[in-house]
Amino acid sequence: MSDAEALNDDDVLEIAERWLKEGHSVALATVVRTWGSSPRQAGSQLAIREDSRFVGSVSGGCVEGAVVGEALDVIGLGEPRTLHFGVTDDEAWAVGLACGGEIDIFIEPVT
Amino acid sequence: MKRETLLALNAARRAGRAVVLASDMTTAAARLITAGDKDDPLAEDAREALRLDKARIVEKDGAATMLTPYNPPLELLIVGAVHIAQPLSRMAALAGFRVTIIDPRTAFATEERFPGLTLLTAWPDEALKTRAINHRTAFVALTHDPKLDDPALAVALRSEAFYIGALGSKKTHAKRLDRLTAHGFDATTLARIKGPIGLAIGAVTPAEIAVSILAQMIAVLRRAEG
Repeated sequence: MSDAEALNDDDVLEIAERWLKEGHSVALATVVRTWGSSPRQAGSQLAIREDSRFVGSVSGGCVEGAVVGEALDVIGLGEPRTLHFGVTDDEAWAVGLACGGEIDIFIEPVT
Repeated sequence: MKRETLLALNAARRAGRAVVLASDMTTAAARLITAGDKDDPLAEDAREALRLDKARIVEKDGAATMLTPYNPPLELLIVGAVHIAQPLSRMAALAGFRVTIIDPRTAFATEERFPGLTLLTAWPDEALKTRAINHRTAFVALTHDPKLDDPALAVALRSEAFYIGALGSKKTHAKRLDRLTAHGFDATTLARIKGPIGLAIGAVTPAEIAVSILAQMIAVLRRAEG
């Protein structure tokens, strides 16, 4: 079994490793808890680097923007944090979790 | 997480080993727990995370640890390069399975019929000996031919495969169970075989039967059905 077979091109952790080897700073965001109809299950990941590029998904596109912003802080400060996105009907359009679910996302720097 | 931990995690995943990443949610200190680990205080929780294939948070001694499981890829072994195997292999690949087709009849197991898939043309029980069958493996026997299906089923029944299915009517399946019983398998072990294979959705065409088989595989994997 070759590496190429085992891990495909859009593998989040493979890309995070490549970014690190290229000299970038990287943070990982992972869905740790979900309630209701959240689109991605616990364990789903996003890798973010210091210039705001990111791969993967933690919500199917709903809250990635906010997570990337927080991840840049995490990279700068070197400390992890956990974010909660709970979405009421009124907020659904603003934050973008239109499905109405709730998620906790753990963001950590890779040091 | 330390850079070294991420590199070790990716190395384990490339090697197809089941590992769990344990991250302290306050300090972000992280370590890897392997499936066979006995010493780690969270080894049991880690095994459960692997079994359910789902991340979880464990609170112990005032510390919250996130356990993220990384299982080896899902694998589907199909015995019988028959018509149903064609749509089943394509649909299963879309659902994330790595598919291997096993059939010693080289007229069936051809690259034209199964482009891009792993084809093994040894006898099924011999071919299966070359594969690591684990808790992420689904096994499906589609030939109807006892000479091909039975020895393969015997190998599958002695493995950790999460799903074992065999094509055939109720009558065919009853005869199959009689033969396997004569080979020394008890009723509990034989109950692992889904036969007649697939969920009862009234499937008629090969593609529809493939849907019913794949749906049953996923139901068992996600424990939506016993």
